[in-house]
Amino acid sequence: MEETTLNNNILAKLSDKFGEKVTGVSESYGLLTFATTKDVIINVLSFLKNDLSFNFLTDITAVHYPGKDHGIAVVYHLHNMVEKVRIRIKVFISEQNPTIPTATTVWKGANWMERETYDFFGVKFEGHPDLRRILNMDDLGVYPMLKQYPLEDPNRVDKKDEFFGR
Amino acid sequence: MNHNHPVFTDNDPQSELVTLNLGPTHPATHGVFQNVLQLDGERIVSGVSTIGYIHRAFEKIAEHRPFYQITPLTDRLNYCSSPINNMGWHMTVEKLLNIQMPKRVDYLRVIIMELSRIADHIICNTIIGQDTGATTTFLYLFQFREHIYEIFEEVCGARLTTNIGRIGGFERDFNDIAFAKIDKFLKEFPKALKEFENLLTRNRIFIDRTAGVAEVTKEAALEYSWTGPLLRATGVDYDVRVSDPYSSYQDFDFEVPVGTSGDIYDRYLVRNEEMWQSIRIIEQALVKLKTEPKGIFHADVPEFYLPPKQEVYNNMEALIYHFKIVMGEIDAPKAEVYHAVEGGNGELGFYLINDGGRTPYRLHFRRPSFINYQMFAPMSEGMLLSDAIINMSSMNIIAGELDA
Repeated sequence: MEETTLNNNILAKLSDKFGEKVTGVSESYGLLTFATTKDVIINVLSFLKNDLSFNFLTDITAVHYPGKDHGIAVVYHLHNMVEKVRIRIKVFISEQNPTIPTATTVWKGANWMERETYDFFGVKFEGHPDLRRILNMDDLGVYPMLKQYPLEDPNRVDKKDEFFGR
Repeated sequence: MNHNHPVFTDNDPQSELVTLNLGPTHPATHGVFQNVLQLDGERIVSGVSTIGYIHRAFEKIAEHRPFYQITPLTDRLNYCSSPINNMGWHMTVEKLLNIQMPKRVDYLRVIIMELSRIADHIICNTIIGQDTGATTTFLYLFQFREHIYEIFEEVCGARLTTNIGRIGGFERDFNDIAFAKIDKFLKEFPKALKEFENLLTRNRIFIDRTAGVAEVTKEAALEYSWTGPLLRATGVDYDVRVSDPYSSYQDFDFEVPVGTSGDIYDRYLVRNEEMWQSIRIIEQALVKLKTEPKGIFHADVPEFYLPPKQEVYNNMEALIYHFKIVMGEIDAPKAEVYHAVEGGNGELGFYLINDGGRTPYRLHFRRPSFINYQMFAPMSEGMLLSDAIINMSSMNIIAGELDA
């Protein structure tokens, strides 16, 4: 109950400030989730950090939904350590042109998280000080976490996904 | 100064700087990762971290495995405290499935998780001792990690990559030998830890080497998303066990030690105190277990928890459940869930998206070592090489968790 009121307050403040830009609100397992657009994401993150005391950037990652208009969701998890609230922000961006402003201007710790996201999903964080691959080799050529890349070598006959019901 | 692009000076005869490759297989890195350091005498001018040497694509593999097959992958994240990872994953799935654990299972989990936290901190603190030149402390305390592994062995059969427990509880109850070993550990370990502290905590050489070295402010630590003992050493009392209790940690009485300056000495003290607190928690858990009904080691959720093998052969329903679970046909809600546990190095988070298929649609590990380590190169700047080495050991960077 308490969590819900807290989340509603946060959401009200966000809607006041950003209006139409806050969409797709849900609250699965008590964690407030909403989507926004990439032109305001830095403003949203700074607002959450400075005015709503979400002082801690827990994580940045991405999810690939192939076949959609905006097929890559960049997901931010923030944490308000004082009031013990977490929040999840999603930004859906186009698969053909996956760019988004960098959050390193808000938190320095976003650096490697964004490099990892770039490495695996090809999301280009504009203004990032050092956008290189981090875990994979530099000349890999693909962004391996995208769904079109299979896990196993597709030429192998003993590892076909259909044998495993996938 | 740009930390990100190494400047090789070997071809410049006029240069006063020396390039040093620290790693990927250097004994001082305690893991497979590389730092290209620019040295001016013994001072580090700049450093570049290169990681990914043991990247195993766990997030990709996890998208092709049913939930129960992901547990062995989590083993190999922070392999110094695998049970915490295993149980963090189990609890993530249980949160997704809305399963409530019986209290006894929670307490058994707490015992195992706290033992692995002790094992993790033993490694880190003894290695700080080792890297400052005190091999005795390393040899002295390290055997207790062995005793902890013997307890794990008794509970699940494995030692390092434990794959302990299942979604919904444990695979079997703890036997008497396991409890006897825990009791023996609780009797012997405090003495050894006291002795360890006597050797290091007020040791002049150790203090000279660690106090005031690699100081980090609260603000910088939060800016770089540090968690765990590193963050607490800077004075922020953030512990997932307290701020977001899981597995009935709210039932226990323990303290969250914090430091003041965030230097290596504070990190050492915080980890040591956490071991004492872990001992307290285990003792409380053992007392609480006495009041719980015996023999309960899993939740009563036949559709998610594998039935015993004899049942599978003789009971139709058990056979159906067995088949469905093994084939990944469990009926999990289509939802997103984030669950965090306090790992040995900080907040270990699991971000799971389930789309109703056999496998997760997406699983992301928030790995504390990975996020903590990014500050290493910037903070090494201007530091003595030998200080940077103990700074690295005090960050307890585990290559498996760094690279996933």
